[in-house]
Amino acid sequence: MTARSAMAARLAGHPTAVAVAKRIGVRLIAGVGVLWGAATLSFIALHVTAGDAALSTVAGQGANPTKELLDQVRRDFGLDQPLYRQYLDYLGRLLHGDLGQSYQQRIAVSRAIAEQLGQTVQLAVSAAAVAVLLAIGAAVLTARRRPWRSIASGVELTLSATPTFVIGIVLLIIFSFTLKVLPVSGNDGPRALILPMLTLALPIGAVLAQVLRSELEEVLEQPFILTARSRGMRDTVVRVRHALRHALVQIVTMSGFVVGGLLGGAVITETLFVRQGVGQLMLSAVTTKDIPMVLGLVVFAAFVYVVVNLLVDITYTLIDPRLVTR
Amino acid sequence: MSAFTATAAVLPRTSRVRLRPGLILAGLFVAVVVAAALVPQLLAPHDPLAIGAEGAFLPSGGGHLLGTDESGRDVLSRMVYGARPSLVMGLGATAIAVTGGTLLGLAAGLGSRLTESLIMRLIDVVLSVPELLLALVVITLAGAGSTNAMFAVAFASIPSYARIVRAQTHIVRRSTFVEAATGLGIRRSTVVWRHVLPNAIRPVLVLSTIGVGTAISAGAALSFLGLGAEPPAAEWGDMLSNGLQYISNDWFLVAVPSVAITLTVLSITVLGRELRRRSEGRST
Amino acid sequence: MSSLLEVAGLTVAFQGTRVVDGVSFTLQRGECLALVGESGSGKSVTTRTLVGLAGYDAHVHADRLRFDGTDVTGFTDRTWRRVRGARIGFVLQDALASLDPLRPVGREIAEPLALHTTLSRAERAARVRELLESVGVPEPEVRAAQYPHQLSGGLRQRALIASAIACDPDLLLADEPTTALDATVAVQVLDLLGSLKDNRSGLLIVSHDLAVVARLADRVAVMKDGRIVEAGTTDAVLQDPQHPYTRALLAAVPSAHAKGTRLSTVERPTVPAPAPVLDPAPGGAPVLAAVGLRKSFPGPDGVARVAVEDVSLTLRAGETLGIVGESGSGKSTTARLLLGLETPDAGEVLVDGTDWSALTPEERRTHRRRLQIVYQDPLSSFDPRYTVDRVVGEALGVAGYPRGIRRRDRTVELLELVALDAGYLGRRPLELSGGQRQRVAVARALAAEPEVIVCDEPVSALDVSVQAQILDLLADLQARLRVAYLFISHDLGVVYHASDRVLVMRDGRVLESGDVRTVFADPQHDYTRELLAAIPRLATHATPPPTPMGVS
Repeated sequence: MTARSAMAARLAGHPTAVAVAKRIGVRLIAGVGVLWGAATLSFIALHVTAGDAALSTVAGQGANPTKELLDQVRRDFGLDQPLYRQYLDYLGRLLHGDLGQSYQQRIAVSRAIAEQLGQTVQLAVSAAAVAVLLAIGAAVLTARRRPWRSIASGVELTLSATPTFVIGIVLLIIFSFTLKVLPVSGNDGPRALILPMLTLALPIGAVLAQVLRSELEEVLEQPFILTARSRGMRDTVVRVRHALRHALVQIVTMSGFVVGGLLGGAVITETLFVRQGVGQLMLSAVTTKDIPMVLGLVVFAAFVYVVVNLLVDITYTLIDPRLVTR
Repeated sequence: MSAFTATAAVLPRTSRVRLRPGLILAGLFVAVVVAAALVPQLLAPHDPLAIGAEGAFLPSGGGHLLGTDESGRDVLSRMVYGARPSLVMGLGATAIAVTGGTLLGLAAGLGSRLTESLIMRLIDVVLSVPELLLALVVITLAGAGSTNAMFAVAFASIPSYARIVRAQTHIVRRSTFVEAATGLGIRRSTVVWRHVLPNAIRPVLVLSTIGVGTAISAGAALSFLGLGAEPPAAEWGDMLSNGLQYISNDWFLVAVPSVAITLTVLSITVLGRELRRRSEGRST
Repeated sequence: MSSLLEVAGLTVAFQGTRVVDGVSFTLQRGECLALVGESGSGKSVTTRTLVGLAGYDAHVHADRLRFDGTDVTGFTDRTWRRVRGARIGFVLQDALASLDPLRPVGREIAEPLALHTTLSRAERAARVRELLESVGVPEPEVRAAQYPHQLSGGLRQRALIASAIACDPDLLLADEPTTALDATVAVQVLDLLGSLKDNRSGLLIVSHDLAVVARLADRVAVMKDGRIVEAGTTDAVLQDPQHPYTRALLAAVPSAHAKGTRLSTVERPTVPAPAPVLDPAPGGAPVLAAVGLRKSFPGPDGVARVAVEDVSLTLRAGETLGIVGESGSGKSTTARLLLGLETPDAGEVLVDGTDWSALTPEERRTHRRRLQIVYQDPLSSFDPRYTVDRVVGEALGVAGYPRGIRRRDRTVELLELVALDAGYLGRRPLELSGGQRQRVAVARALAAEPEVIVCDEPVSALDVSVQAQILDLLADLQARLRVAYLFISHDLGVVYHASDRVLVMRDGRVLESGDVRTVFADPQHDYTRELLAAIPRLATHATPPPTPMGVS
């Protein structure tokens, strides 16, 4: 076989670079659009509700402001500019990663987020990994296997219906208060990570497992599964090697749900276990009505969502060549 | 996609219509909760707000089936009275979200390309933020409190419903039976009214029953974070967040509202899924 | 030498229901046995049981079940795994679903080699190329790297067969191997299968189509409701069937019949014909005509693909025009253009002399009811919430019957016309069988009192016996009501039986048209000749194939 025909063979079977780039390019533009939309909505909310931003800023310091002081603050913040100018400035700052200034803390929102991000990332990534692994394990082992399937299904239903904080409390009661093997709260060390991570991972993993198993069972009824078994392949191997790939496509579409669940769950988990992180940053911003911080966090959340979706989409293209080849 | 759409998307494979014991239990529990919401005074032995003279942190026994809390109030009564705010939250938030979502989804699905694009882009943007964060934004802007919490949860759920309705409208519009009706010579508006709308909305109505459970859960989460009902009102999430402070003294205070919330959400979800299973069997 | 397969008293039950009930047969090396039956006959389950894949909750019992002399009744899955793929090969229908869509075809073919042989990767790749060549796939290196959806239907099926014979099995089981293929391609695949059986190996083929079987099988066993009702050599069973069911199956195949006779044994309905509601067309002026239609659609890559090019036809009252062609020939698009569901890029559609496209949408709407359609899948054409009553009632509403007694009575009349009694009024289409649903669809089409009914593959999804009933029904209705049909199908036998005139389409163009008997007896175009030659006919090895359709 000549090099040329080998090349032709490879090209014929696999997605061409151009097609992949085109597809990703489209997604990229869509992602940027979403971000822009989130930023714009955020700006509108900021402007409409801030009332008098200057007043809130100065009032945060407890002083009784004079008119001159207020005017000065307005000029400092650029609040005396026409609306479209403010909007463009806002977008410009965003592109530089500046999410605004917190009223209360007098600190740049992006800096506050950066400081707290590490802890949350630790928590979220480990929770995501555990959730996905549990889900795959549960689905592959119990799909279409009679008693196990119902048991697993029931467990997952309970876990997914239980609010996150309840799961956390139950874990606390069992492991911290009764068995006393794991710490109640805190940030230090891997042992303090276990309970919060489980609290975050279990509900998400339960939902993923259900979706995955449902997909897997549908896939297992396809003729090509029968073909694979008729070749003499063992059932579990068929599941992993043939069926799983198809079902994973479904998880890929759930990535948005996972990211949303992790971020939302982080707020609750960090509060419950008294941990540092972006979640409790959000909560304190809400209780102190620190609007720039809240909206800055929202834009950040949208950013994370878009990035994760893009990465996931690239993976999707690699898994399913039907999308890209003719 | 929110948790409820994700769980709702999973349909158990058996299509046998049996009255399983789980289903009956779920139904009974929901009935009890509804009764507690409608006529709490009949079910609760004490006034939930009465600061107890007998003492705080009493274990179960005497006149208090589930003991007393940190201010000596009867836990059982507080639990019974806590049903109403939770159900109001669940039903209210879902009703608002379904209505808003349906209108948006229909507008997108039936309208011009431009309308559809605009609405769907807007929904994409809102959906890029987790529902809890959206609710928190609403609370920040409007303030805390149970009514605001309900609107917050509703607002956060509208995009998911809108997306579902629009997707369904799309599918139904292109389906063969709509084409067949058009082929009979029926006016377009009549076809939309008679065939497209009912078939597009139907799945959403079924999903919304599961959505009630999710809304209750979200409402309880907001209360847990201290942003929901004002103390000293008897409300499950609030009881829980309170009880957390005293968890080392008496973890029962935390367990009771936890169980109440969980069982309520679980029962509603079970019933909702069964409803979905039955309606799917009929329409596909 | 022992038989390759010995089956006696095989019973397979699922949750108490017997799907296979006391089936017995043998298969020798070098022979091809066909199991023939309609859906629900248990033939597929039987085949799967022969490799131990009857199903998770299947209860299998047999007096004797031997493969090459070895008793397999006690086989565990583990023992079966050594046999599957290595000594028994399995070919399913529709390679698009039977090959893993996410893996290149070469990997699929190499899989049994990896499981059962000790060949290295390079050796396996070489063997894959050999196999692809042996089944007639050109450019095997290129094809092996492609995915199933990139290959044509015929090549895919060949690749599937290659994967089944990779380890040179003694027995090859083929379950409906050609059902999803166009007729011309199916013939080639059947020939390939036939060439695979030799002195050492045997072939068991399962089909619902007697004609397919006739070409390939040495012996035939006819199955119904889990039992074998008749068995014997192909010649014997096809020429001189003993069992009434076999006779009915043979009778129902349109190509075996002279044109104009009834296919089914169902009685003609004795309901008196209603007063004719259609004005007879004056002296044969066409009720529907098309001139120079052209339509193209943008393909997935943006390039416009022409679906229909320069198509013209005429249809007169009370006659049937058949449109025949393989998939992609443009026949469905033509139908949609005629119905006004799509607008042609060029050309005109004339309904009773009026140009369709010249009308305003509002005017068009009022004319719509004169052209009705019966779909291939009736279920999807009904609103899922509607009962039979409402389905037909809606069409009557358009025809001017207001809600009330008149509508109800007319609905019952229409149902009786299609041989369904009034008890079906409250039923939901989901609860009905395929044949009953199609009758409801016909009733609805008639309710609008149309002049033309477009039948788009109306019987393709039905079992042969049900197909026969529906074709008879359509013929009866035409005779009675003088409605014109546009009959679209890929099945030439059916088209021949049902049509007066025929259009042969390919790649969007009309190749030939004319009286159906003339076209079929003396085709002008090469393609038409190919199509005709590809019709599975009830010819066996013994008897030479008759002239097409028994027309002399």
